[in-house]
Amino acid sequence: MTELGRVPLHDLHLELGAKMVPFAGYEMPVQYPLGVMKEHLHCRARAGLFDVSHMGQVILRGEDAAAALERLVPQDVTGLGEGRQRYAFFTSDAGGLLDDLMVANRGDHLLLVVNAACKEADIAHMRDALEPAGVSVEPVEDRALLALQGPEAEAVLAGLNEAARDMRFMDVADMELAGAPCWVSRSGYTGEDGFEISVPVAAAEPLARALLEHEAVAPIGLGARDSLRLEAGLCLYGHDIDETTSPVEAALTWAVQMARRSGGAREGGFPGAERVLREITQGTDRRRVGLKPQGRAPMREGVALYDREEGGAQVGQVTSGGFGPSVGGPVAMGYVPAAMSDPGTALWGEVRGKRLPVEVAPLPFVPANFKR
Amino acid sequence: MKYTEEHEWLRVEDDVVVVGITEYAAEQLGDVVFVELPEVGQTVSKDDECVVIESVKAASDILAPIDGEVTEVNEALVEDPGKVNEDPTGDAWFFKLKAADPSQMDELMDEAAYNDFIGD
Repeated sequence: MTELGRVPLHDLHLELGAKMVPFAGYEMPVQYPLGVMKEHLHCRARAGLFDVSHMGQVILRGEDAAAALERLVPQDVTGLGEGRQRYAFFTSDAGGLLDDLMVANRGDHLLLVVNAACKEADIAHMRDALEPAGVSVEPVEDRALLALQGPEAEAVLAGLNEAARDMRFMDVADMELAGAPCWVSRSGYTGEDGFEISVPVAAAEPLARALLEHEAVAPIGLGARDSLRLEAGLCLYGHDIDETTSPVEAALTWAVQMARRSGGAREGGFPGAERVLREITQGTDRRRVGLKPQGRAPMREGVALYDREEGGAQVGQVTSGGFGPSVGGPVAMGYVPAAMSDPGTALWGEVRGKRLPVEVAPLPFVPANFKR
Repeated sequence: MKYTEEHEWLRVEDDVVVVGITEYAAEQLGDVVFVELPEVGQTVSKDDECVVIESVKAASDILAPIDGEVTEVNEALVEDPGKVNEDPTGDAWFFKLKAADPSQMDELMDEAAYNDFIGD
């Protein structure tokens, strides 16, 4: 067994009473003494502080970095304005998803944030494709990553730097916070307004303590992070999306800008483009949807879906599911045939050998609360 | 009170045995969000899965600690599963059993043995 990595805030997590668990090669806080349910509700009502330092931060530098990255992702990167960020994903030659990520235009470089479990593969993938084009791929090893999320996030961060108020959803900016030079984006993974903050390792703990000092802020673990993102309808890589799912199947077509679609200025030119562009126009046989179990029993990842209460073949599968504290009941996502993907479609999920009713539901389960 | 290695407690009340889970178990489970109870009148054998309990984290089973017949279930838990975290050893009992063989209780741990078992 390989040794687990430790995040820069490890000691602070222990001091705060976190229960630490292995996650993507790191020891991470899954919950604090407040517990998953209350942490979740606190984040939606006030503000939550998340340590996401296990995620990969990577700088791409080079004159043609944006154009070069467009050879790996179906997003418009060259058209991304300075000081702006967008959601993106690496596609495979077969048109599946290798990872999803955030890419920010920071003037003389691009800053990417990729999933912890994929970061080594992503870096190798980018080195292969980008270095020959004269673009350097520089993993950022000396910074932690924090997320401050929730309706009071702006007021809290503005207490450390008023400039936080001027940012809108998906803006990125350099900002001094608690004396440290931080890279801040107005984004997150909860469906709430909030910020993601890249901070030098040595300054991470003082910054976290300064944020936690605010009475509105509670530390939030990975458990609540998962239920928050599930209610927000956001995909978790390795669960809702992976190499076997295409962007169109995953209902991520919105993230492929017109410039890269058929007839666009820079149509295609990314791995799997033929499939992805065809699926955008022709549709797919299956699709990721929201699923609302009609009873109280959660339908978790792996639950088989049927279109009738008895008999018949499996038609789909839950890829993420659990209890949604803000919804006050079970919520799930999964893949179903396109013909059964309209909200309101009645399906059944098999839980402990019994088929229980579940309805296709619009995503997100909780309205997004972004400052656009 | 008697205790099992599955973190259940058993309390004899008149001629029935009341079964619930310990505070330690409730804390390990985290916030309980779903409870499925056995049927009244159902006959269970020791180690039968007779309650499903789901927390925000995962699903788990509660096993029948002894043989017997279910005489009563705590329907209030179905409506308000969070009671399991609030009062696991009081209000949040799961079911009552008429023991088929009361001597099975003798094999279970007492409080001191259970506290040793959980390393308290």
